[in-house]
Amino acid sequence: METTYNYKVVRQFAIMTVIWGIVGMLVGVFIAAQLIWPELNVASFLSYGRLRPLHTNAVIFAFGGCALFATSYYCVQRTCQARLFCDKLAAFTFWGWQLVIVLAAVTLPLGITSSKEYAELEWPIDVLIALVWVAYAVVFFGTIVKRKTPHIYVANWFFGAFIITVAVLHLVNSAALPVSFWKSYSAYAGVQDAMVQWWYGHNAVGFFLTAGFLGMMYYFIPKQADRPVYSYRLSVVHFWALIFTYMWAGPHHLHYTALPDWAQSLGMLFSLILLAPSWGGMINGIMTLSGAWDKLRTDPILKFLITSLSFYGMSTFEGPMMSIKTVNALSHYTDWTVGHVHSGALGWVAMVSIGCLYYVIPRMYGRTEMYSTRLITLHFWVSTIGVVLYIAAMWIAGVMQGLMWRAVNPDGTLTYTFVESVKATYPFYTIRLLGGLVFFSGMLIMAYNVWKTAAGSRACDEAPIPQLAPAPAH
Amino acid sequence: MDLNVLREVIMVLGLAAFCGVVWWAYGPSRRERFERAAISILEEDTREQATRSAMAEGEHTRKG
Repeated sequence: METTYNYKVVRQFAIMTVIWGIVGMLVGVFIAAQLIWPELNVASFLSYGRLRPLHTNAVIFAFGGCALFATSYYCVQRTCQARLFCDKLAAFTFWGWQLVIVLAAVTLPLGITSSKEYAELEWPIDVLIALVWVAYAVVFFGTIVKRKTPHIYVANWFFGAFIITVAVLHLVNSAALPVSFWKSYSAYAGVQDAMVQWWYGHNAVGFFLTAGFLGMMYYFIPKQADRPVYSYRLSVVHFWALIFTYMWAGPHHLHYTALPDWAQSLGMLFSLILLAPSWGGMINGIMTLSGAWDKLRTDPILKFLITSLSFYGMSTFEGPMMSIKTVNALSHYTDWTVGHVHSGALGWVAMVSIGCLYYVIPRMYGRTEMYSTRLITLHFWVSTIGVVLYIAAMWIAGVMQGLMWRAVNPDGTLTYTFVESVKATYPFYTIRLLGGLVFFSGMLIMAYNVWKTAAGSRACDEAPIPQLAPAPAH
Repeated sequence: MDLNVLREVIMVLGLAAFCGVVWWAYGPSRRERFERAAISILEEDTREQATRSAMAEGEHTRKG
């Protein structure tokens, strides 16, 4: 009988999360600098247009992806009290996913792209992603099947929905006709192609960047706070409402385009409805601390987790608002969108991942705490200041751009040329770069802390599975 | 059939599904089960300590 958990694959993914986080955010800092100093576009493979998709792929799929693999593998083993199904397949998901990331880092700067946002990788890499993802599903659900506990804990529902939906999204949106090894054309044409792309794109946000991270929330906040989730029954409603509603929100990316008007309105309406499950879940996570708020004063991991939920609440209020057509008329194509995305990506996704990693990583080395708790506190404040600088700059820049682009003179001519709006954005690009640099420096603090934690102890590849509780006395 | 009938049916079914989920989640007969699920992830830590000390004890007995 198996008596240990597979911690090796969790540790590998956890360490790579930190490394890819640094790489992805460094590329982000560099392209932010390119917007201020275009001279930094020194070579074609270092040009903004090629590095931008590298940045998004690296932070979403390398940093976020590794964080999801690490936490889902940890959570599913601990909550099912069973070792991961098939060690070899789990190892394949690790090495396969790293290969995908390396291939992305090579092909994107070379200009090899399908040009679909967040799905730029060409078809041979898409095939590899599909294989790794199927293996991921087999490992995850295989572990659920062999669980020793009667109930499937809610975090696993979120992780499971994330795995299944991303598989479906990837397969449908990546359907393409290859014309050579590194070139293919989408299977869809015209507005259908746009709709499939943004059905994919928004559900990548909803399932890759939300559902999986909500799984983290439902496991790691109760664990770190040592309290059960505020309302388990609310989490059940949260789950079904969120996954049903997200599916239909994609068309809000295509307001005022060739997409039929009814489809735009449908997307807007479902985006507005989405506020309810999003905030229900956010409140459920935050209220878990109800009665123990004092823990926030002393525990920087909880600071990370709870602040991430505050940013989640902010961006899931902002998102539905921006999906309203008249608001979108102002915000679309401006840096407001960039600010919104980073309030979600840095404030929610990165900060909840960082908090969970500070919980998981010491346990991978047979400890319960990181090398330095004070450095976690420092990282928390550095991250928070970085995000706030970043998003405030982009909000102001975005609203300003939107207003300048739509301003007209009494005779009907445009008040500003486009380049005037670019010029007016420079100060905000500088603040954004500063915010990005500050957030990035927090990742370096984390890397040092992880290094010292790992250096002082032996990695534990196996951890004992706790014996099942004896039957209650009554 | 008018397309709008289909749209109405889907809307009513969606609402019914939502009400069903709420009823299922908040039904009094399932209250205890969900409360146990919520607490289950925290019980694991105390059991882990018990397992570790039992293992350590076992080693001790073997050596002795």
